Amino acid sequence: MAMEMRLPVARKPLSESVGRDTKKHLVVPGDTITTDTGFMRGHGTYMGEEKLIASVAGSVERVNKLICVKALKTRYNGEVGDIVVGRITEVQQKRWKVETNSRLDSVLLLSSMNLPGGELRRRSAEDELAMRGFLQEGDLISAEVQAVFSDGAVSLHTRSLKYGKLGQGVLVQVSPSLVKRQKTHFHDLPCGASVILGNNGFIWIYPTPEHKEEGAGGFAADLETEGVRVSTEASLRTSSCLLLAMKWNWGALWSPGRTLRVPAAEAPSFLPSLAVSG
Amino acid sequence: RGSRARALPDRALVNCQYSSATFSTGERKRRPHGDRKSCEMGLQLRQTFEAAILTQLHPRSQIDIYVQVLQADGGTYAACVNAATLAVLDAGVPMRDFVCACSAGFVDSTALADLSHVEEAAGGPQLALALLPASGQIALLEMDARLHEDHLESVLEAAARAARDVHTLLDRVVRQHVREASVLLG
Repeated sequence: MAMEMRLPVARKPLSESVGRDTKKHLVVPGDTITTDTGFMRGHGTYMGEEKLIASVAGSVERVNKLICVKALKTRYNGEVGDIVVGRITEVQQKRWKVETNSRLDSVLLLSSMNLPGGELRRRSAEDELAMRGFLQEGDLISAEVQAVFSDGAVSLHTRSLKYGKLGQGVLVQVSPSLVKRQKTHFHDLPCGASVILGNNGFIWIYPTPEHKEEGAGGFAADLETEGVRVSTEASLRTSSCLLLAMKWNWGALWSPGRTLRVPAAEAPSFLPSLAVSG
Repeated sequence: RGSRARALPDRALVNCQYSSATFSTGERKRRPHGDRKSCEMGLQLRQTFEAAILTQLHPRSQIDIYVQVLQADGGTYAACVNAATLAVLDAGVPMRDFVCACSAGFVDSTALADLSHVEEAAGGPQLALALLPASGQIALLEMDARLHEDHLESVLEAAARAARDVHTLLDRVVRQHVREASVLLG
């Protein structure tokens, strides 16, 4: 009985099909960027023998007199105002240590966290003792970057109702360089899942809550209701799409509004359409 | 997680661990984790990468490099260094330059580059060289045999030439990858 088989074929490199229109200056470590000493050196470069040499592989960015090399893949470098999704690793005196895929653990101070009921008062010793009741090791939170310390560590705050502990959902980890800075990082997809795009590469996909309460996702999601079950499934499928996209190197940069339909031949039939730009 | 006690206040700590799979050599041999060869290889890798990575940029941090050899036919140190260079580059850790390594030996008054397992086992002098190609600086040069100093020049030259050839290859691959990725990222 004859059967049709498709054998794997190496993909053609994308740069050939797109064309050589990239005016970017791409460098690898050891490349001389310039011998002109009038430039200030930024990240990704170092001074060696009167010339500016690249120390990472990436593209050169020139802003007036500042030259820096933006690496392809780095750990998350915090900027004030970024939304991040992180996991609590330690509970210390008056602060939590949060893992956000950066070089140093981020810090969430007790004073940067909203008290239940929204009261505004000085945190007392009882609040310190009750810290573990709010957030324990292993919990996921969404927060905003408040400040960056001199050594690069990031200080977070959850002083808004849309940040806080995350409940039922799926976490997908991608490289931080793939997530672009946008106006809003909280999106509701039409398939019933909602997504939080952390700037640190942690993407949280959760079922869209029926009524917009405070916080993303509930602590005790009620799985009995049909609606919630369907949207939980949608969130799981969305995360599988994302993992597939990452695996096939579609270079997903998130900007909702540009949809790329997944060709039916390449993907299983149940995948919903997704907002991916590639 | 590294121990806080070992953290250096002004630079990063480079931690290298080498391990060899049981099926990597011709005869299946179980290698316990802390044995002498692994430790020594780990130490050599650490010295090589401490010379190449710009550790001043990451104080109080640790950079871990784990290498596992899947198939060994001579030149394991060189293979580890070349692979680790690509890994460190991919991770975005700032480095001075690529680190390219090659082994070399001296058999029948000829300098040989990139020795295989049989040639290494023959017992002649062998040299391992790790080079930073752009500046020509040597990151590590190691030999534990006896070689007449008249021959050192030619053996070193053979190893350096081979390391530069490896650099050409790695350079081409990395540039291609950077070009692809920058097209995808827009």
